[in-house]
Amino acid sequence: MTLNIQVIIPLLIFLIAIFAIGFIASKQMSSGGGFLQEYFLGGRELGGFVLAMTMVATYGSASSFLGGPGTAYTVGFGWILLAMTQVVTGYFVLLILGKKFAILGRKYNAVTMIDFLKARYNSPAVAILSAIAIIIFLFSAMTAQWVGGGRLIESLTGLEYTTALFIFAISVLVYVTIGGFRAVALTDAVQGAIMVVGTLILLIGVIIAGGGVPAIMQDLLNENPRLVTPFGADGTLTAGYVSSFWILVGVGVVGLPQMAVRAMSYKSSRAMHRALVIGTIVTGFIMLNMHLIGVFARPIMPGIDVGDKVIPLIALEVLPAWLAGIVLAAPMAAIMSTVDSLLLLVSSAIVKDVYLNFIKPEATEKRVKQISFGVTGILGIIVFLLALQPPDLLIFLNLFAFGGLEAAFIWPVVLGLYWKYGNKHGALLSMITGIASYIAIHFYNEAYGNLLGVHTVTIPVVLSLAAYIIGSLAIQRKAFRF
Amino acid sequence: MSTNKAPQNAPDTYKPDPRFKIAHKEALIGVGLAIFNFIWWFGFAYGLGSRPPEEYTYILGLPDWFFYSCVIGFILMSALVIVITKFVLKEVPLDAEYIEKEEPQKP
Repeated sequence: MTLNIQVIIPLLIFLIAIFAIGFIASKQMSSGGGFLQEYFLGGRELGGFVLAMTMVATYGSASSFLGGPGTAYTVGFGWILLAMTQVVTGYFVLLILGKKFAILGRKYNAVTMIDFLKARYNSPAVAILSAIAIIIFLFSAMTAQWVGGGRLIESLTGLEYTTALFIFAISVLVYVTIGGFRAVALTDAVQGAIMVVGTLILLIGVIIAGGGVPAIMQDLLNENPRLVTPFGADGTLTAGYVSSFWILVGVGVVGLPQMAVRAMSYKSSRAMHRALVIGTIVTGFIMLNMHLIGVFARPIMPGIDVGDKVIPLIALEVLPAWLAGIVLAAPMAAIMSTVDSLLLLVSSAIVKDVYLNFIKPEATEKRVKQISFGVTGILGIIVFLLALQPPDLLIFLNLFAFGGLEAAFIWPVVLGLYWKYGNKHGALLSMITGIASYIAIHFYNEAYGNLLGVHTVTIPVVLSLAAYIIGSLAIQRKAFRF
Repeated sequence: MSTNKAPQNAPDTYKPDPRFKIAHKEALIGVGLAIFNFIWWFGFAYGLGSRPPEEYTYILGLPDWFFYSCVIGFILMSALVIVITKFVLKEVPLDAEYIEKEEPQKP
């Protein structure tokens, strides 16, 4: 693909706008309330709209905008059904962690999810293990997303991968480093809005290009009737497998640290209530639209081999170039808004959970400030260098990032909130069981096909629940006072 | 931002924060919504979708199982969330220290 100026200009305007918002947010950082609260949690001042958008945008990543629709293109309506399991995240995370998490977060003065776990279980071992899991897995996940961001710019603009990655890296790095959580949340809100508008425009464009929904449906039926069934183009998508995504991308999302930290960042009950409504509607809207686009693209542009290219190609096909540029800012926004949150989260795990907890608890405010900026910036540079030529180990670790963290954290967080007999023994056992069994079952499934016909995440989540209960009750049974 | 640790060693005066009762109820509502959501989603998708494709009817151009399971399901869940946030969820302050208004603090 050669350089496409009409596509580049809207993307460039988007990047500059995001940059400006991040910069303005950094100016707003107040000195009251402590630097750490401000930098890593936005001073717990998020309103309903920004809270909802930052949750949706953090959660919706390259896979919702490129990979997912690409698979829907190949598999048909069965994959949209699977994608719609994500609607539950819109209300579930906030209702489950809910007001109790927000109140306890304030009581314990917690800035990160690990702060909460450390106070709840009164155990440095829990904190260290969590920090290691977060740093390793989310660091890998973040790098994979950066590669995705670079590749997307490369394919849209025709720039070299290295140049594309550099543009992507600089734009994210600057606003995250100087602006912290507030900049991340505000840019997420704008990016979320772009995703909503972008998916709607593209869906309309695709339907018009396909001659209306009934015509598209007829084309699909003519090609392969299975495309409109819930069972996939080759009939192998089973109800059990699709349902197990309710855990992976649905209710299990409660255990992801980047989501949990947002559930203690809002300023009031009212903000949380608004975010419940907005989050549910926006998540469902984006997921439904994007995956419909993937399926509808099939009769219009048959024969696309690489799933990730379906959305960029169909946008360039059905929309005028300048409008395609605007629409394609949406996957860009999705990747950026995931990456910025992960970057800040890994940085907080290093600064708050490792450095301040174990290395230098008495550090001065000024020192903490320097360290926070420094760690965030350096992390970004390391990720950039790794993304230039991603090592195999990183790609390997990324496979476990999502499900592995869910299996590790879901019960220590949820039962830690609601079950008074939960204790550090249960939490440790649950985290170790979750991660170890996830890796083991991953290899089993790779070799022999899915155990019990469900996604890898399912069994580890059940095992880690058992481990949590057994560990808590068997050793030191004592009620916790919140 | 009063304490860094969980309150401990206060055997006689310990009383759970009354706000947690509300929080527990709301978490259960979340579980209930998710279960309902799952049943609706699964029931229509595999109840209607398991027929041979020739028997599908089409609503707004979309296959019936998909329309009920994913489109109506999504709209219904959004409506339920709106109703519940409006009429069931309670607004409570989130501050670390909480003083009940109904009963004055005992000395």
